[in-house]
Amino acid sequence: MSIYTMGIDVGSTASKCVILKDGKHIIAKSLVSVGTGTSGPSRAIAEVLENADMVREEMDFVLATGYGRNSLEGLADMQMSELSCHAKGASFLFPNVRTVIDIGGQDVKVIEIENGMMKNFVMNDKCAAGTGRFLDVMARVLEVRVEDLGMLGDESTKEVGISSTCTVFAESEVISQLAVGTDKRDIINGIHKSVAARVVGLCHRVGVRDQVVMTGGVAQNHGIVKALASQLQHEIHTSPLTQYNGALGAALFAFQKANK
Amino acid sequence: MAKEVSPGVLALRKVVDDVYADARKAKAEGKLVGWSSSKFPCELAEAFDLNVMYPENQAAGIAAQRDGEIMCQAAEDLGFDNDICGYARISLAYAAGKRASRKIDFETGEFVIDPNSGKPLKDENGNIVIDEATGKPKKDPKTMKPYIVLDDIHEIEALPEGREKELRLNAIQPYKQMRIPQPDFVLCCNNICNCMTKWYENIARMCNIPLIMIDVPYNNTVEVNDDYVTYIRAQFDNAIKDLEKLTGKKFDEKKFEEACKHANRTAQNWLKVCDYLQYKPAPMSGFDLFNHMADVVTARGKSAAADAFELLEKDLDKNIKEGTSTLPFPEQYRVMFEGIPCWPKLPNLFKPLKKNGVNVTAVVYAPAFGFVYNNYDEMVKAYCKAPNSVCIEQGVDWREGICRDNKVDGVLVHYNRSCKPWSGYMAEMQRRFTRDLGIPCAGFDGDQADPRNFNEAQYETRVQGLVEAMEANKK
Repeated sequence: MSIYTMGIDVGSTASKCVILKDGKHIIAKSLVSVGTGTSGPSRAIAEVLENADMVREEMDFVLATGYGRNSLEGLADMQMSELSCHAKGASFLFPNVRTVIDIGGQDVKVIEIENGMMKNFVMNDKCAAGTGRFLDVMARVLEVRVEDLGMLGDESTKEVGISSTCTVFAESEVISQLAVGTDKRDIINGIHKSVAARVVGLCHRVGVRDQVVMTGGVAQNHGIVKALASQLQHEIHTSPLTQYNGALGAALFAFQKANK
Repeated sequence: MAKEVSPGVLALRKVVDDVYADARKAKAEGKLVGWSSSKFPCELAEAFDLNVMYPENQAAGIAAQRDGEIMCQAAEDLGFDNDICGYARISLAYAAGKRASRKIDFETGEFVIDPNSGKPLKDENGNIVIDEATGKPKKDPKTMKPYIVLDDIHEIEALPEGREKELRLNAIQPYKQMRIPQPDFVLCCNNICNCMTKWYENIARMCNIPLIMIDVPYNNTVEVNDDYVTYIRAQFDNAIKDLEKLTGKKFDEKKFEEACKHANRTAQNWLKVCDYLQYKPAPMSGFDLFNHMADVVTARGKSAAADAFELLEKDLDKNIKEGTSTLPFPEQYRVMFEGIPCWPKLPNLFKPLKKNGVNVTAVVYAPAFGFVYNNYDEMVKAYCKAPNSVCIEQGVDWREGICRDNKVDGVLVHYNRSCKPWSGYMAEMQRRFTRDLGIPCAGFDGDQADPRNFNEAQYETRVQGLVEAMEANKK
């Protein structure tokens, strides 16, 4: 008989779910763009079950991860940190991964992987610079959609430096650039480089080994991926499932638990 | 049921309580009371029979009693930047006369209770009692506390004798750290941190009192340079002259030697206590050491402290023989906790450690206060070595030694926003720990005294991540 497991990643800005069959096949996934403290987690769970045409009781094990992992009292059988889950998910998608860079809504993690397991990690300090939230703020100031940042940055023709790492100071720096008529696309490119520079600092603290995989919602912005690859001088791999990586890792751990 | 407190712990508490009580008594009798940095040579003050209070210990106590924020804000209102060490801000606010006080209703003379304070009321079966009117849990009135407001001792003292003065004096938070006497002189040694220098200069200026300063330069080498010894020894001699002038007494060499003897015995016993964390499982929670440090800081030159540590050693010996521990859960993982705890958030710090079976079995801060010496020059050398005054090679060596001896599985690093020098070199130290010891390290942001710099959710994720990495590392 098949084993079905669910991974729930309750992030600060989005809730993601993955249902896995026998720890190998993704049979359903869901994503709701609001995270912990909202209706997002329960909606994401309902949606993934609907997509799989299953009910909660059919799940052999449910494991929650992410910032809001402890808020799912009764819905999940166990909680694990998003660090281990991102390591696990990335190792499933890229078996040779040694370094995972995850930029989430409010934190940045760099994880060292050995034999598919997390060996060590570093995270950003309390400051939101270099996180998804930073990009949200900048997109708002620039009056563009956050998902368009990558494409717009590609069209940049001129170097514009955004030197402030502080979100508040960077915001006023961007406003000053807009005030003097700098092209938005050049500013966006500058923002990508500024985020990458901050993340590179964290990467060097752990040590960068190939393969390097980037996960989390921000990995969908190829401007950031490109800037990071250039500054790290390593090729960076991403997956179309990047936003689901934490939930996938959670579903994989859930499979291990269900199998014990 | 109240936890049973061992004889050693009781004795240690009494020693510190006595230091505070003696200082209050001395002040009341018109004697001089000083404030001293934690690693100023206490042996000198003991030789002059001086009563001394320790602002670092005081600030830790105030922070642990949850009054760190109001006192830090008071210092910021005086113009001190919020980037300055939280201990310094608390101490400077206190020196300026600021006090955390319970809000009074002057009509009734009663304290005004904060309805948001307190724990939920439980019935005889341990279930939370729900208030039918609101549908929310009822509060246990015994645990509810008054609002805390800021008051000013100078303002109170200037009031005419009467009801208001009496009520306001009584309303000042009753614990000992909020009731220490104002200083008549300050003793500063910047070996523990260079922030001390300006901190104590400010107190001296604010209170218009003498400052006796011993400057210990940063040690760029592992061995203490002979020139340093000459330079610092001359300052010790000068401090003695200053203390003679201050007290009008001659330096009593016998009393000094006696104090040195006590300080050495306290240090030796303290180091023995610290070494009990080498046992696996450990007979105590490593966080206990942070509490016992109050004795090493405030009373290391007194025989009572040395005796109390001897008693604690007996308690720990008993725990080993009986297979018990002060740790309230089974020890599954052992970590080094790097840095000073976040005193205002101690329960929050402890909660995820308890949940994951993590005992702190190594802390570098604690044994760093155990200096043992045989003569004057060695004493000078001992005072040269504090966590913030030694080079990174020495710092790494101390920590890696204790990690190996105390058999830790990982390191939890507190990036303490109050302590820039300490936190500054931690990223590199963390890298070396992982390289040299092959163990995972996790860092979190916090503060030793200002609760505004700590985020519980971030801390919990990092602890859980560390536990998962330690588990993976064991396989």
